[in-house]
Amino acid sequence: MDEIFGIPAPLLFGQLLLGLINGAFYAMLSLGLAVIFGLLNIINFTHGAQFMMGAFAAWMLLNWVGLNYWVALILVPIIIGATGVLMEWLMIRRLYKLDHLYGLLLTFGIGLIVEGLFRNEFGSSGLPYQIPPQLSGAWDLGFMFLPVYRGWVVAFALVICLATWIVIEKTRLGAYLRAATENASLVQAFGINVPRMVTLTYGAGVGLAALAGVLAAPIYSVNPQMGSNLIIVVFAVVVIGGMGSILGSVITGFGLGVVEGLTKVFWPEASATVIFVIMAIVLLARPAGLFGRA
Amino acid sequence: MATNRRTLLKAATALPALGALPWRHARAQAAATIRIGVLNDQSGMYRDISGQTAVACARQAVADFGAQGFTVEILSADHQNRPDVGSNIARQWIDRDGVDLILDVTTSSVALAVNDICREKNKVHLNSTAATSDLTGARCAPTTVHWTYDTYMLARSTGGAMVRAGGDSWYFITADYAFGHALERDTGEFVRQAGGRVLGNVRTPFPGTTDFSSYLVQAQASRAKVIGFANAGADTTNCIKQAAEFGLTRRGVKLASLLMFITDVHALGLQTAQGLVCSETFYWDLNDRTRAFTQRVLPNMGGLRPAMTQAGCYAGVLHYLKAVQDMGVAAAKASGVEAVNRMKAMPTDDDAFGPGSIRADGRKIHPAYLFEVKAPGESRGPWDYYKLLQTTAAEEAFRPVAQGGCPLIRA
Repeated sequence: MDEIFGIPAPLLFGQLLLGLINGAFYAMLSLGLAVIFGLLNIINFTHGAQFMMGAFAAWMLLNWVGLNYWVALILVPIIIGATGVLMEWLMIRRLYKLDHLYGLLLTFGIGLIVEGLFRNEFGSSGLPYQIPPQLSGAWDLGFMFLPVYRGWVVAFALVICLATWIVIEKTRLGAYLRAATENASLVQAFGINVPRMVTLTYGAGVGLAALAGVLAAPIYSVNPQMGSNLIIVVFAVVVIGGMGSILGSVITGFGLGVVEGLTKVFWPEASATVIFVIMAIVLLARPAGLFGRA
Repeated sequence: MATNRRTLLKAATALPALGALPWRHARAQAAATIRIGVLNDQSGMYRDISGQTAVACARQAVADFGAQGFTVEILSADHQNRPDVGSNIARQWIDRDGVDLILDVTTSSVALAVNDICREKNKVHLNSTAATSDLTGARCAPTTVHWTYDTYMLARSTGGAMVRAGGDSWYFITADYAFGHALERDTGEFVRQAGGRVLGNVRTPFPGTTDFSSYLVQAQASRAKVIGFANAGADTTNCIKQAAEFGLTRRGVKLASLLMFITDVHALGLQTAQGLVCSETFYWDLNDRTRAFTQRVLPNMGGLRPAMTQAGCYAGVLHYLKAVQDMGVAAAKASGVEAVNRMKAMPTDDDAFGPGSIRADGRKIHPAYLFEVKAPGESRGPWDYYKLLQTTAAEEAFRPVAQGGCPLIRA
């Protein structure tokens, strides 16, 4: 019982849990991407930069305005979401009629510019952000030592993912959103302001990225490249889950976090690659992704 | 939809490559011009220890030297921590732009690639920021000067101090590339020589690892007394931050941040970093000369203080220009080997490192300092981060020439 595949059982359980925690970040980020792609048909390559902006905004609120983590958790998604709304209104909406590639190029370019601006202003080493005192400390689970903050991240991310899923699948607003995805002009004919809904959806997706950024600030180094390190993996998660599938991106996010966590024990050198290997296999077997409709 | 997705994926994979195009620099016309190319990380995680600040320090050296009879031109480029990009820029600079000296070269994997190119083309490679001791060991070249520090010096200074303090069993978390491997190897040897044991290691993908909790838990499960971080920059700060989060230090595990720069301490904040030890060969507040140097470069530093690596760019360029003055511009341009030989023949002296010398294997030697990071209450002002614990004399700080296996020495 003490060992599973030559790895001590407590270590393995610990890794499964840690995988789940990383999966929480993947899930929250891919959720925003899936929402945006589902409705806007835009591959939002600025997502990583918006995640980073969320973390920096939390730092700015604390150090410049004196507002703590809990306030940041509410304010930051709104502020960064508003920048998303502005960006959609000024630029992205001009591209809906064009090929996907234009949206991708625009958002990728904006992402690079934003990252560059932050790097110019704050350098690349990063900034300190402490864990809020209410969530510091740790629980001894017997098989591992779990920081309270990490437990909070998983719980919070699960609630957010569930809430987003309920809003989109079970509410009237969600029904409008899904209907507009299928046939925008028909929905508009029923008197619903589709362009405004699309703008707000983009803002909400960006807000989700920023929220993940606030969650990440106390445990990862708050630096301008923190988003670009994650975003490629998150795109792989979205592709594996099926582009635009909300449930798919959440389940795949958590699942791949666990797979990556296990790889870190059995073959650490491959842990950066394993997700892309899975992506290649999934695309060969099911080109629409695990949960996507072909 | 299916075809669209494929196109998108292709585009998505191709996009990051766009950033790899090197910036072109116009070729200056004057013949009596020494061209120095600063090749380093200007956009990634090592930007703050190299980047444009290193360029500013090189310019400061040119200004302080005040060359007479020849002009000095400084180019710079971002190698993005990729050996292929770095090699291409180095070749273009030498073949097309007439660069005489390639400076800084952050990231050991890139430095080793550029090292071979400079040897082949007979141009000077003055390295400050790469850490691998192989640059003056198995891979040493007659065209190389390795200025600031290396993995052996870090291993001896930080590793030695940890072992003396009772840390006799180690587990390494190692960045999976040339630098991490060299640092782990050199530190492991010290630990074993001192009678300690290395219980295990884990190699983490570089770059791109942000979550180290999994590796930290593995390290803790080994029951080692010391966890050695054979990595740098954001990897190290993430490791330290997450080790504190997982309560490793509270349960008596010691952390050995084998390579930590003052910019990393700044990023962590004293609250998290206090009590850690690290080794550097330059600290801005060390003595009157280092403070004077810092005052001169400060206006061009964008709010940062120079790290030892950037100070190394300053001191290295200053010494190179002295050698050029001494031997004549034409001779210095004609042969990188001769320029380096002249640099080795002359004693060095500058505000950042004080008096020193360059050995036959290309190793610049100067004292190494072991610092402890101050507690928030002890710090008297911005960037007042270190207190000096001990000084290792120049002759002892670096690997003895005979042990390096440098072919230049055997010949």
